[in-house]
Amino acid sequence: MRNDQKFTGNIDWLTVLIYIVLVLIGWATIYSAVYTEGLSPFNTAGSGTAVNTGKQFQWIVGCLVIGAIILIIDGKFFVTFSYPIFGFFIPLLIGVMFFGAMVKGQRNWIRIGGFQMQPSELAKFTTSLALAKYLSGLNVDIRKWRDKWKAFAIIALPMMIVLIQGDAGSAIVFVVFALVLFREGLESYFLIIGASVIFLSVIALVVPKLWYLWIIFAVIGGVLIYFNYKKRQLVYLITGIVLVSSIYVTGVNFIFDHLKSHQRDRINVLLGREVEKGKDWNIKQSIIAIGSGGLTGKGYLQGTQTKLKFVPEQSTDFIFSSIGEEWGFAGSVVIIGLFMGLLMRLLYLSERQRSKYSRIYGYCVVSILFFHFLINVGMAIGVAPVIGIPLPFISYGGSSLLAFTILLFVFLRLDSQRLEVLR
Amino acid sequence: MNKDLFKNRYDVVRIIIAVFAAVFLLRLGYLQLFEKKYDRIAFENAIKELEIYPTRGLVYDRKGELIVYNEAIYDIMVTPHIAKTADSAKICSLLRITMDDYSARMAKARAYSTRKASVFMKQVSLEDYQRFQESQYLFTGFDGQVRTIRKYPHHCAAVILGDVGEVDDNQIKNSNGYYKPGDYVGKSGLERYYEKELGGTQGKKFIYVDVHNREQGSFADAKYDTAAKAGDNLYTSIDIKLQEYGEQLMQNKKGSIIAIEPETGEILCMVSSPGYDPNLLCGAIRGENFKKLVFDSLEPLFNRATMATYSPGSTFKPMVGLISLNERAQGEQYTVPCNGFYAFAGMSLKCSHHHPWATNIEYALAQSCNPYFWQTFRNAIENPKFTNIQESYGTWSDFCRSFGLGSRLCIDLPSEARGNIPSVNYFNKIYGEKGWHSATIISLGIGQGEILVTPLQLCNMYAAIANQGWYIKPHLVRNMEEVHAKKNIKVTLPKNNATIDPQWYIPVNEGLRQVVESGTAIESKINGISLCGKTGTVQNSHGDHHSVFAGFAPKDHPKIAIAVIVENAGFGATYGCPIASLMVERYLNDTVAENRLAKQKKMIETNLIQKYQQGKNMAITSGH
Repeated sequence: MRNDQKFTGNIDWLTVLIYIVLVLIGWATIYSAVYTEGLSPFNTAGSGTAVNTGKQFQWIVGCLVIGAIILIIDGKFFVTFSYPIFGFFIPLLIGVMFFGAMVKGQRNWIRIGGFQMQPSELAKFTTSLALAKYLSGLNVDIRKWRDKWKAFAIIALPMMIVLIQGDAGSAIVFVVFALVLFREGLESYFLIIGASVIFLSVIALVVPKLWYLWIIFAVIGGVLIYFNYKKRQLVYLITGIVLVSSIYVTGVNFIFDHLKSHQRDRINVLLGREVEKGKDWNIKQSIIAIGSGGLTGKGYLQGTQTKLKFVPEQSTDFIFSSIGEEWGFAGSVVIIGLFMGLLMRLLYLSERQRSKYSRIYGYCVVSILFFHFLINVGMAIGVAPVIGIPLPFISYGGSSLLAFTILLFVFLRLDSQRLEVLR
Repeated sequence: MNKDLFKNRYDVVRIIIAVFAAVFLLRLGYLQLFEKKYDRIAFENAIKELEIYPTRGLVYDRKGELIVYNEAIYDIMVTPHIAKTADSAKICSLLRITMDDYSARMAKARAYSTRKASVFMKQVSLEDYQRFQESQYLFTGFDGQVRTIRKYPHHCAAVILGDVGEVDDNQIKNSNGYYKPGDYVGKSGLERYYEKELGGTQGKKFIYVDVHNREQGSFADAKYDTAAKAGDNLYTSIDIKLQEYGEQLMQNKKGSIIAIEPETGEILCMVSSPGYDPNLLCGAIRGENFKKLVFDSLEPLFNRATMATYSPGSTFKPMVGLISLNERAQGEQYTVPCNGFYAFAGMSLKCSHHHPWATNIEYALAQSCNPYFWQTFRNAIENPKFTNIQESYGTWSDFCRSFGLGSRLCIDLPSEARGNIPSVNYFNKIYGEKGWHSATIISLGIGQGEILVTPLQLCNMYAAIANQGWYIKPHLVRNMEEVHAKKNIKVTLPKNNATIDPQWYIPVNEGLRQVVESGTAIESKINGISLCGKTGTVQNSHGDHHSVFAGFAPKDHPKIAIAVIVENAGFGATYGCPIASLMVERYLNDTVAENRLAKQKKMIETNLIQKYQQGKNMAITSGH
């Protein structure tokens, strides 16, 4: 069959290669992070972290199988069933809050036999399907408020449920879909407002006294109005901006004061503020680990910071510090290079799609991977808040590996079928 | 147009991603290539320098009996951060502490560090620790650490052996970093004096530790580690059986016994009473017991044998006699008429009891005649061969000093009183150069007045008399040379010559023999042992007279010199002498004859403690 011959030929093997390299680096790093003398990398007996490498290997094999299956399934299946899949996951996400298993204080796991799965990981995938489906619809224009609200709703619904589950880290990831909307034509001022919001949030927390900001805003506003007092509309606009900004920073301060203490501490750590002794331990130890790696690192299995458990969560959230410590700057550059290569490659693939659905879905994949990379690595090197989300393909954890695999391979399948789509 | 806009946004997205990647690379470059401190911090995190404590040297008595050894005890360590799930109720019941105590200990450990192990409970006994260990799987975060404490199996000789405790700040400061807070060192007695020998040398070990401060193997294949060197053993001259017996005889009395082997200067026993069980100052109970002992009005921590000073009283009379004989101030057959009092220079001094006139020194000693020795002392001071009292008294006092009186003997214990032989200058200062004469200082003639001796000095003086003219510096450790040779300092014990011509010891020692044979101490005669000595009833300002005896035995080839002081007990013959005779008999015969068991029983059962706590009675008369 003509399609069969095309099947292998149209797969983007470069992406698959990067995927396999990342997954294997992850496996090797997990082994190093949990290494004890004589531990087999395939060990799944016993308890604690000793089983991590062996289990991850099983997951990797499983994911490769699932990836292969996805590559065989007709991509039209996902296009057609985008909404049903999305719809199926919403009650699952809600149900898990009541019937799910408890892991680390959060009831958001499904447990079937020895198999554990976090539906919120897959929610990112299903949301991508639904968002691509909606935005690729005829007559849908993101620049119209009517359509905007619906797109926002598709993103916000799962995000809110995950937030209610108590997994703020996973919920924040959904914010990154804004990047997809931006590519599909969302007005630039959203980006400007978004950047302004982040900027105002930071200065609201950094400046010691709230009224300093009020005065600064008033002075800036006053100066601008003085030079533009004849342009009435502009005066109104400036006045509005000053008022909204002042109210916003006040609100941020209020919310900050009413956060849970561990959340407040995380922000304080990031801002370099003094926190109670020990609260910034994780981040400090991670930075020490990475900083002590030097140019070429301490060598594989030789990292003291990770091996002696000074860095917590070293096979999951802080896995990048193991790489930084044992492989040094050289290793860090390789990891960042691989992710850049993957993201840029995926962007290129997205842009070459004939189908709007495939392109939008591709951007979803890029956005999600990028955000995880940004937060996870940024946290390990002390430039992002401590949000416990995994580094794609590398961190230990079956759920996340499976979710990222499905996310990526569905796109590879869509890409391999791009020529079948008529413009 | 539309298409262009979207192409443009593709670039914007690419730029956003690239900018963040660039920020990361800059940050990584800073952390990994430019900032060097993290390397050091990671090293300090992971590698710990551990002291390896050497075992402390053992202590043996003169017969090879072990008198001090080490016993393993356990400190229970806790790492609060992983101890959250520990079964606290069970721990409380196993370690016999209250829940409040548990919380307080945890709070203390947490204040030190939540992630590093610190001491939860110090010095748990092996028995308690074993019970704790059986359920240790329930106590995550708790761990045992072996330490050793001292054990004193004979429960005696506390003032000799001393004690071991945590170093104080001064010692830490002066040790060049050798000692750390919490290290143990000798605090008193032999433990302190021989700290260098007993203590051994600490070793060092560099190990990897994990975040919970648990050992994870040695650093660099133990290349930088050094082994600990165990402390040297001490072979003391103490006869622990004699020591035990002495403490038994002295129980419920204040005072001391000290015995020396005259030929070698070896101290056979040193009893200071009331004493205490040295085991009270070991292990977890140390702090509390130490406080109790410090505040005890009977001062059990005070080593009366070396630190207390007394007037020697009549026990000083042989010295007075020896000097006068040696200086030819009088002959052996000199007679002093005694009618119960002694009158000269317008004074009239009473003799304490009636006895026939003493016609020679031997009889005078046997009867402890005060007028005889006042006169003898006068003869020495008024000796016509000297032109003034400064010269004659100066000579007299030098004789006294040559017997080791008036200055520290510097035995191998950390603290010793110097006693007092008043100097010429001292009297010149008080009375003026022309203002004093033999009558002024006449009380020195019977061992009263300004003369002060420690029991140790008194015993040593009698050792010198027993040797007829020499003594060896008293000491407690027999292998001192061996011990010091290791430090390349050779210490030989010179025979200190007491400067009396040997011929004069013959009448004096015969006199001391007669004291026991027919004189004041006749009741303490021991069949088959020629005990020589002198009783003393020492007047003092703190109540009843002290009962004193000093002597040696046997007369020829003496094996033991002994001094006994029982404070405020009355006549020397009543307590001092019987106790000394029992000690001598026990030492020389290894047992006490049956006919003397009643005496032994009486001595053991005498209880003077109540007397000490009653008011102070002033004494008037002077001695036997």
